[in-house]
Amino acid sequence: MKYYRSHVLVCVDPDCLRKGAHEALDAFQDELVAQGLIDEVQVLETSRIGACSQGPEMMVYPEGVHYAGYTVDDIPYIVEEHFLKGRVAKKFELPAETAIDEELSAPTPKEVRVVLRNCGKIDPENIEDYIAEDGYMGLAKALTSMTPEQVIDEVLASGLRGRGGAGFPTAKKWQFCRASTGQVKYVICNADEGDPGAFMNRRVLEGDPHAVIEGMIIAAYAIGSSQGYVYCRAEYPIAVQTLNIAIEQARTMGFLGQNILGTDFSFDLEVRMGAGAFVCGEETALMASIEGKRGEPRPRPPFPAVSGLWAKPSNVNNVETYANVPQIITNGAAWYAGFGTEKSKGTKTFALAGDVKHTGLIEVPFGLSLREVVFDVGGGIKDDKGFKAIQTGGPMGGCLPEAYLDLPVDYESLTAAGSMMGSGGLVVMDDETCMVDIARFFMEFTQEESCGKCTPCRVGTKRILEILDRICGGEGREGDIELLETLCEQIKQDSLCGLGQGAPTPVVSTLKHFREEYEIHIREKRCPARVCKALIRYEILPDFCTGCTVCARNCPTGAITGERRQAHLIDVDTCIRCGICMQVCNFNAIVIR
Amino acid sequence: MTIATVDGKVVLEAVDKAVKEHGATIDELIPILNDVNRALGYLPANALDEISRRLRVPKSQLFSVSSFYRMFSTKPRGKHVIQFCESAPCHVVGGRQVWASLLDHLKIGPGETSQDGKWTLVTTSCLGVCGVGPVIIIDDDIYGNVTPDQVAEILARYGETRE
Amino acid sequence: MPTIKNLDDLKRIREEALEKRKLKTASGNVQVVVGMGTCGIAAGARETMKAILDTIEKENLSGITVTQTGCIGLCEREPIVMVTVGEEPKVTYGKVTPEVARRILKDHVGAGKIVEDHKIAM
Repeated sequence: MKYYRSHVLVCVDPDCLRKGAHEALDAFQDELVAQGLIDEVQVLETSRIGACSQGPEMMVYPEGVHYAGYTVDDIPYIVEEHFLKGRVAKKFELPAETAIDEELSAPTPKEVRVVLRNCGKIDPENIEDYIAEDGYMGLAKALTSMTPEQVIDEVLASGLRGRGGAGFPTAKKWQFCRASTGQVKYVICNADEGDPGAFMNRRVLEGDPHAVIEGMIIAAYAIGSSQGYVYCRAEYPIAVQTLNIAIEQARTMGFLGQNILGTDFSFDLEVRMGAGAFVCGEETALMASIEGKRGEPRPRPPFPAVSGLWAKPSNVNNVETYANVPQIITNGAAWYAGFGTEKSKGTKTFALAGDVKHTGLIEVPFGLSLREVVFDVGGGIKDDKGFKAIQTGGPMGGCLPEAYLDLPVDYESLTAAGSMMGSGGLVVMDDETCMVDIARFFMEFTQEESCGKCTPCRVGTKRILEILDRICGGEGREGDIELLETLCEQIKQDSLCGLGQGAPTPVVSTLKHFREEYEIHIREKRCPARVCKALIRYEILPDFCTGCTVCARNCPTGAITGERRQAHLIDVDTCIRCGICMQVCNFNAIVIR
Repeated sequence: MTIATVDGKVVLEAVDKAVKEHGATIDELIPILNDVNRALGYLPANALDEISRRLRVPKSQLFSVSSFYRMFSTKPRGKHVIQFCESAPCHVVGGRQVWASLLDHLKIGPGETSQDGKWTLVTTSCLGVCGVGPVIIIDDDIYGNVTPDQVAEILARYGETRE
Repeated sequence: MPTIKNLDDLKRIREEALEKRKLKTASGNVQVVVGMGTCGIAAGARETMKAILDTIEKENLSGITVTQTGCIGLCEREPIVMVTVGEEPKVTYGKVTPEVARRILKDHVGAGKIVEDHKIAM
């Protein structure tokens, strides 16, 4: 291999090409030859160094110097300065920062950060960090230059809708609560983020707690409340801790307490920790839990805005909803409404999880398609497998197949497709996922989390789960699909709260989009994705088996027999389908049938 | 079924501390139960008696609340409580294999406590750290990206195993 | 911490906070930020943080501010450590085990050489 002292990467992206990258490249090669440097400097074509807008551009390694904005005529100068004299050709050097900044936003230009703008940037335990990022400016603006009605109007004009999932216009909720009679009113933040796979709120609470606090104070001012609660789930001990530190700091600085910012408005805030009950994410159950009772929902109306916590008018919003408010007030409704679609304004955070390359939290404007979210932002399917389905909206959301990938992500479109926005969980499934198993899995979750108060949810989810267990267990019967459909419809219609009403959605959506899979499970007693244990068999391929005995030695039930150096055999009746043999086999001789 | 009790003095101290911290009102019930459950590992019958007296809340209501929430236990738990996240994102990235490995190592089922009183194994709903799933929590320590092979090593950090 | 009684107070505190930040970077100080959200901790951020603090103490390094931040949204790359040396651009590292953290302190903070194999080109 030839040894070069320098490597030059020249960007040949369309933008740079238009600006003469090729011509400059040729001139560069010629100049290297002329100076006798061609054996010392290697020139490579590349793309996306990060500053195409100032192109043409190149990167010189090992120094990592970034040049841009030169023409063919400047090449001799650069070569002389950098490669002969060994110093940076300052005239065309790009400050490293510009280059990196563009690079940082390169892979997901589709993201817009409003709620998450400070997460990972500031120290959440230092209020000054938040203030340096214009923190509490929205509150100051509201308190010193706006009436409560004007605050509500501004939020109304921004089009902000409840980020907890239902999508109810936030300002409308505030209006109702403000209009309710009574001296004592409560502002409550629902931080009981229980949907599996959804942890957007945790990130905001842990990364930028003051945004939530500021949003709640502004809401309290708009509504006319002097006491607030953040109800946070017990599974988030670090979020609770961060929040408590932040509240203490806000109190010390005078953003909470009496006469905030010298006005006659007073408000204070307390964190309440849950104790592990998914249903407490439902607002009436949440309030029962704050009151020290079992977290069971009650019928609405009366709505919390009229009679909520301790029967007083209460406003319940989600973490993300509150976190949007300070910036709406600071930057104005028009700025916020500039993101998103006609009916779904602004941005939404999503937790991207499952079989996608980049798992984690994203924030995108409404209206992006599911395809853009999965493939552009999420980087596509892990291990380059095929896409099978995406579940939106958490455990009560639906699974949508490939045909729906071009659906825009907004409240109305997802509901129309038979799923929902929910709080923003997105679970991507690859083509090795069994949809019946997935439906069974979510049913197991909702059945477990059903609080038991109303019969359709308590008994209905149990019956659905029994049928799905049967199908996955190889004992599905003709008529099971129809029975499931009837049950789902009844539970959806007759349940008391969102949990029961939404519980059947994963089953309904998989029945709609992946009916065949159910049919194959029931009629052919086969699991096409080879997931359902009762419907698969492990087999040893005699041609690949070397008779090394590793599988036999590792089998927990002694189901594998065979002589050393002879092909082994798995006894189907003794095998418990744990898959250990397949993991330990060094010759890929074990397959699932 | 009767609820097990622990030493009266220890219980009294735990309840006393929690009630002092939060105040003796019904709306502080859940924070109080949380503290006591944490201090004693579970909610013994005499603790519920004491809380009932202090808060002037009927025992039936206390039992109704303490049996509703997953974090509360009315049965004694092992020295170390292992929580396994059973939610979908962990499930699809290999949670099932980790679960099998846990069962295999501990030789107890979900919700059970090992005979030597060392381990209690429970499942939990999503812990919100899906990006690093599968996830287990032992006491207050959270472990992400767990593989079936790591289970033995993680358990070993808590002193000798069952044998 | 001062009490803020009006808008001018708030503006002044904001200016001061920004000024403090500028001073930190201008003085050539090194800022090491560790992602300490739950996901970071689950992936081992506490050990990473400990290794950083230990190394600073053991090697008697000065001019380094170690702070924490929340989850930055790249959970699968946790533990994440961000390093800013003076006015140079911030470098984000992923999968920072205690051993990698020590390398970062030695190579990047100590010798100005970025630890390329753990750098996240975001």
